[in-house]
Amino acid sequence: MTRTTRLLDDKTMRPNWHQALKIGLIGGVVEVLLALIGMIEVFSQRDIVSHIISMGHTLLLVVVSLMAYLAAKKTPRNEPLWALMNSLTSGLIVGGILAVLVIVGGLINLRKVFINASPLLYKLLTFDQGVKPGVFLLLGGAALSGLLAGLVYLAPRRLRQTLIISLGSVVGAGVLQDLLRPTFALWGPVAVINELLFTANGLTFHGATGLFVLIAAFSYLWAQKGNAIRDDLKHLSPTSQRVLRVTSLLFLIMILLVLPQILGLFLSEVLTIVGLYVLLGLGLNIVVGFAGLLDLGYVAFFAIGAYTVAILTSPELGFFNLSFWGALPFAIFTGVLSGILLGIPVLKMRGDYLAIATLGFGEIIRILVLSDFLRPWLGGAQGIGKIPKAHIGSFELATPQQIYYLILVGCLLVGFISWRLRDSRLGRAWMAVREDEDVAQAMGINLVSTKLLAFATGAAFSALSGAIFASKLGSVYPHSFNVMISINILCLIIVGGMGSIPGVLVGAFALVGLPELLREFAEYRLLVYGAALVAMMLLRPEGLWPEALHRRELHEGKSESEPHK
Amino acid sequence: MLKRWRERMTPADAVMWFIGAAILTLVIWGSTATLTEGRYTSHHWFDFVVFGLAQGSIYALIAMGYTMVYGILRMINFAHSEVFMSGPYTAYYVAAAFYSSGFLDRQPIISLLVIFIVSMATSTLVAVLLERIAYRPLRTAPRLVPLITAIGASFFLQYTFRGLYGSGFQAYPVVKMLEGEWMLGEFRILKFQAVVIVAAALLMAALYSFIQRTRMGKAIRAVSEDKEISSLMGINIDRMIVTTFVIGGMSAGAAGVLYAVMFKQVHFFMGFIPGIKAFTAAVLGGIGNIPGAMLGGIFLGLIESVGPSLFLDGLGIVAPYQLKDAIAFILLVLVLIFRPTGILGERLAVKKA
Repeated sequence: MTRTTRLLDDKTMRPNWHQALKIGLIGGVVEVLLALIGMIEVFSQRDIVSHIISMGHTLLLVVVSLMAYLAAKKTPRNEPLWALMNSLTSGLIVGGILAVLVIVGGLINLRKVFINASPLLYKLLTFDQGVKPGVFLLLGGAALSGLLAGLVYLAPRRLRQTLIISLGSVVGAGVLQDLLRPTFALWGPVAVINELLFTANGLTFHGATGLFVLIAAFSYLWAQKGNAIRDDLKHLSPTSQRVLRVTSLLFLIMILLVLPQILGLFLSEVLTIVGLYVLLGLGLNIVVGFAGLLDLGYVAFFAIGAYTVAILTSPELGFFNLSFWGALPFAIFTGVLSGILLGIPVLKMRGDYLAIATLGFGEIIRILVLSDFLRPWLGGAQGIGKIPKAHIGSFELATPQQIYYLILVGCLLVGFISWRLRDSRLGRAWMAVREDEDVAQAMGINLVSTKLLAFATGAAFSALSGAIFASKLGSVYPHSFNVMISINILCLIIVGGMGSIPGVLVGAFALVGLPELLREFAEYRLLVYGAALVAMMLLRPEGLWPEALHRRELHEGKSESEPHK
Repeated sequence: MLKRWRERMTPADAVMWFIGAAILTLVIWGSTATLTEGRYTSHHWFDFVVFGLAQGSIYALIAMGYTMVYGILRMINFAHSEVFMSGPYTAYYVAAAFYSSGFLDRQPIISLLVIFIVSMATSTLVAVLLERIAYRPLRTAPRLVPLITAIGASFFLQYTFRGLYGSGFQAYPVVKMLEGEWMLGEFRILKFQAVVIVAAALLMAALYSFIQRTRMGKAIRAVSEDKEISSLMGINIDRMIVTTFVIGGMSAGAAGVLYAVMFKQVHFFMGFIPGIKAFTAAVLGGIGNIPGAMLGGIFLGLIESVGPSLFLDGLGIVAPYQLKDAIAFILLVLVLIFRPTGILGERLAVKKA
C-alpha cells in the first residue's frame, strides 16, 4: 500500500472495512498493553462514581470509545449506517482481543513473564463473572460502547460537544477527587459540596449526574451565547478594553496572592515546584526559545545556584554562614559567570553538537559534585544540609505557603525581564541568531557577545531558581541535579510553545503540575508523560500556547513541504 | 605565520587553548606520576585494557544505531537506549527458562544463539515500531520536534517495560561455559570478556560489510547522502529508513545480550547510561560515520577503563574510578571543541547542522 492509494480511500470514502479492522486491532493492542503493564489493576482501586464504575474500567471504556469514534470518522458523513457498522466492528474487535487475553491467561500462566497478569486483572476484565459469561459480557460491553461512540459521532455538533465536555468533566472530577475534596473542605461554606459530591471513594451517583447536567447546561449555553459575548468584547471602545484588561490583570494578581491560602498545604507545595520550574523554564526559554541555542546541560546552572547558596550559608560546612539574602547575589553572580565560562567553548557549535556538548557539561558538573574528591568542599553524595531559610525581618519563609511568595516574586521579576528583553535590541538580535547565524553576523550582530549574553541570562535565572530551591529544601544533593531535569525543562518550554512566555507557564503546569497532582499513580506518571509528549509532537508541534511567529512558520513549512512528500 | 595565527586568534579561542593545554598538562603529569610510582603491574594494565575493549565494543555496537539514524534522518534517536534495553530484558525470560530446565548448561551454544535471536528480534521490533509510529510522521518537522518525540518515546518505552516485567533487577543466568579464564602467554583473560570482544568484532565486521558491499547498504549510504536525489534514482526512501532502524535494532539487541553476559543483570533503566555513552562514542568517532562509531566506542571504553587509574591516580585524587564518566564527558567536550567533526568525521557540524 502506498500513500496515494490510501489518500484515495479517504477521498472516495468507501465503507472502509479495513480501516475499522485496523483501528480495532490498534485499540485492542493498546488495551492489552494497558492491562499487562498493570494500569487497569491499579486504577481500579479508585472509583470514579462510587460503586458504579472504577477508574480502571473507565480507562478501558475511553479507549474503546475513542477507537470506535475514530473508526466511525473514516466513513462518509451521509452514510450513518456505515459509521455505526464501523464503530460496532472496531468495538467488537477491541473486545475480542481482550477476550483472547482472558482466555489465553486462563490456559497458560502469563505471570511468569508479565508480572501484572494477575488473577485480579482477569477478574476485572470479566467483571467478576467467571471466564465464560465474562467473555461474553466483555464482548457485549465493548460492542455496545463502540455503538454508543458511533452514535455520539452521528449526533449534531453542538450536542456532541456538550456530551463530550460534560462526560469529560465528570471523569476529571472523579480523577482529581483527592485534590478537590480537601480544597473544598478548607472553605467553610463550600464544604457542603463535599457532602453532596464525594464519598470516601468516588463521586456519589446523584453528585455525578448533577455535575453532568450542570456542566452540560453550562456548555450548551456557552456554545449558543459564547460567540456573541466574544464579539461584544471585540467591539468595545479601546479605553474600556484597556480598563477591562487592567482590571482582569489586577484580579489575576489578587488571585495569585491569596492562592496558597485557598489551596492548602499540599497544593501550595505543588505550586512552589511548578514555580521553580517556571523560573527554570523562563531561563531556558531565553537560551533555546529566543536565541535558538539547544542547551541540554541547563541543570548545571541550577546546581551551581543551589550549591553556591548551600556553601555560603550552611553551618554544616561553616565557611561563611551568610544569610539567604546575603548569598543570593553571589549565587546569581556565580550563575552568570559559569554561564559565560561554559558558553565560551561552545560558541562555534551548532544544533545537535551544541546539545551534546552542553549535556556533557551538565554531567561533568554532577559527577564532580558527587565525587569523593571534592567531598570536603561540596559534601559528596551526602550533599549539604542545614541550609537556613530566607528571612524577611524576623519573619521566616519556611512552609511551602510562605516560600510560594518568594517564588512568585521571582517569577514575576524574571517574567517581566524576559518580556522586556524579548522586544529589546538584544532580544531581536537573539531571534536573528536563532533564524540564521550567518545572516545575523552579516547584519552586524556580534555573535560572541549575543550568544554569551543569552547563556549568562539563562544561567542567572536558573541560578536564582537553584538558590530558592536550596533554601526551600534545606539541603542539596547531587542526585537532585541529573540530566532528566534539563530534559524536563526543555520539554516544558517546547510543550508550552518555543519562545513564548505564557507558554512556559502553561508547559510548567501541564508537565510538572499535573504529574505532581497524580502522584499516587506515580508508577505510570512517566509513562503517561512520555506518551503525551509523543502525541503532542505528532498532533500539535507548535506547543500549547505558541508564539504567533513560530506557529506561522510551522504551518507555512508544512504547506510548503507537502508537495515534496 | 605567527602573526597571521595571532590575528585569527580571538579571546575565546585563547581561553579554549588555555583550557586544552591545562588539561593536557594534567594528563601528562598524572600519567607520568602514576607510571613512575608503579602502583600497577603490567597485569593490571592488561586487565584494564581487556575490560575497556569489551565495554568499548558494546558501546560501539550501540553507537552504530545512533550514528546510522543520525546519518539518515539527522536526528538524535534518544529512544535508542530503550531499543537496547528491550532486547536483553525480553530475552532474559528465555534465558531463565533455559536455565531452570538445564538446557543452558547442556547446549550452551544453541541456547545463547536463541537468546541472541530473541533479543535482536525484540529490539528490532521496538525500533521499527518506533520509526513507524513516532518518527515517520515527523520527517519534515523542525529539528527539535523529533528530538522531543524521541525523549517522550524513551520515557514511554522505559516505563512500559517496567510495567510489563517489573521494576526489580533481574539476575541473568550465568553461562558455565563462559566462566573461568584463558591464559594468553603470561596474561590471564576472562573468558566472557574475550567472547564479548570477539562476538562484537564479528558483528561489526558483518554490519560493516553489509553497509559497504551490498546493494542495500549502498542505497542506505545514498539516502543519507541526499534523500531527494536518491529517490530520483529509484531508491525507496521509506524502506531504506526502516532498514536502517532494523540494523540499528539488531546491533542494539546483540549488544544488549553481550552487556547482560558481561554485567549479569538487566533492569528497565539499564539502557540510559550505555545509551548516553554510545552516543558520546558516536560523536567521538564523527556522527553519521560508521567506522567512526566503532572506533569511537572502543576508544571511549578504553579511556574509561584505563583513564581513571592512569591520569588521576598519579594526581593523588581519591577514588578516581568515580570520575570515569567525567573523563568520558570531558573527552567528548574536548573533541567537540578542537575537532567538532569527530575522529573520522566529515565536516558535518557546519555543513548540515
